Amino acid sequence: MTFRVALLVIAVSAFQAASAQGATMTLAESITAGSAFSIQSTGSGNAVLYIVGLGQVVRRDVRLGEAVNFPAGTLYSAGRYLVVLATANGSESRAFNVVPAGQPVALSFLAKPSRLPVRLHDGITGAVYVFDPYQNLITQPTPVLFEISTGSGTAQTRKVLTRDGAAWTAMDSTAREGAARFVAQLDGVSSTRVIQQVPGDPCGLKMTARQVGPKLVLETDPVRDCSGNIVFDGTIVTFTETYNGGESTVDVPLKRGVARVEMPAYSDARISVASGVVMGNEIRWRGR
Amino acid sequence: MRCLTIICLLCVATSSFAADDPEVHIEPSHLQGPRVLEKQTEAAAIRDYLQAWHSLRSALAESRSELLDASFIGDARDKLAATIVEQDKLGIRTRYQDRAHDLQVVFYSPEGLSIQIVDRIDYDVQILDHDKVITTQRLNVRYIAVLTPSEVRWRVRILQGQAN
Repeated sequence: MTFRVALLVIAVSAFQAASAQGATMTLAESITAGSAFSIQSTGSGNAVLYIVGLGQVVRRDVRLGEAVNFPAGTLYSAGRYLVVLATANGSESRAFNVVPAGQPVALSFLAKPSRLPVRLHDGITGAVYVFDPYQNLITQPTPVLFEISTGSGTAQTRKVLTRDGAAWTAMDSTAREGAARFVAQLDGVSSTRVIQQVPGDPCGLKMTARQVGPKLVLETDPVRDCSGNIVFDGTIVTFTETYNGGESTVDVPLKRGVARVEMPAYSDARISVASGVVMGNEIRWRGR
Repeated sequence: MRCLTIICLLCVATSSFAADDPEVHIEPSHLQGPRVLEKQTEAAAIRDYLQAWHSLRSALAESRSELLDASFIGDARDKLAATIVEQDKLGIRTRYQDRAHDLQVVFYSPEGLSIQIVDRIDYDVQILDHDKVITTQRLNVRYIAVLTPSEVRWRVRILQGQAN
């Protein structure tokens, strides 16, 4: 049985080979997306030419022995294509590539985050995919320039080569709060994202106290991060007063960079201030 | 006898396009990028990518572009749908049968919104012109796929082949 099957396969292969001998074709191993190309056939008579890929399908009735010319724009979707020349006697097949046009015209730019604290090492990341005019991914290594700049002109730049059409970078947020422009560019094509840089955590806390009647008015100096930016309003500052074995704690949001609260003025009270992991000064209130 | 031989061959050719599961080999990830690719994420992306090939096969064989919707999005979907329209106009059908995938995840973008897979595929492509089989050929192609997350799965946004 196995022997019969083998014979069958050999016979069929021989038949196919003989059938295909009628016509052959000549074509380039690859063409650039969107460019004109031609396929030359040999033999005589009529045939049908098929060009089949996942991105496109073409069918042409042709005369054998003549060149079949395809004008620019016929094949524009990059990929691997199968070309089949089918005659009454059989068919001949070849594979060829349509490669992306070299000129990049579009970037797909993914940037993150849209908002982050100042001075964060590698806090901003960006990734790009590079495309030709036909939305084919350009897989040839291509240099992409990433740049972060602020209103003051501070800029970081980094040049990265794409690999299989993709490139990425990680960059530091700058020292000053405010909007930063994150740009990816190559060959006159660019894409921009705006990143909002916000102040970081408080770097230090200092408070003062004064008595008003039976109360103590506690107030911080303007609270700044380690780069000197005023910390965001709403950041919680905690005041703690310890007195005669008792303790009171008040959480106060920053308003215009300052936290302010009134607490009872106990004699010999100890008052401390903190925000997050940052401790401020301590006041021992002896009364007036 | 010769007719019988040809009929047998056609039967073999047709049955070879039954939906056999392809062999799948997954290379260890060789990532560019700072983001760690969790095993579960990698498995989900590869599962959805292979499912996309299944959708692609059915959509092209049946000329039904709506079968692409679950697995493809953006340009990949548009190009495949255009191919289906074009082959319908020309009276052509194409049957793809992926035989073997050799996959590797090569890029996971830092913000987690795209995964790039390189896949060296062996597949058969069969061309039918008005239901007549014109040829069946095996190709070995290196595909680059970019997947992006959607509601419940990864979908293919870019699918582009080149010589292996």
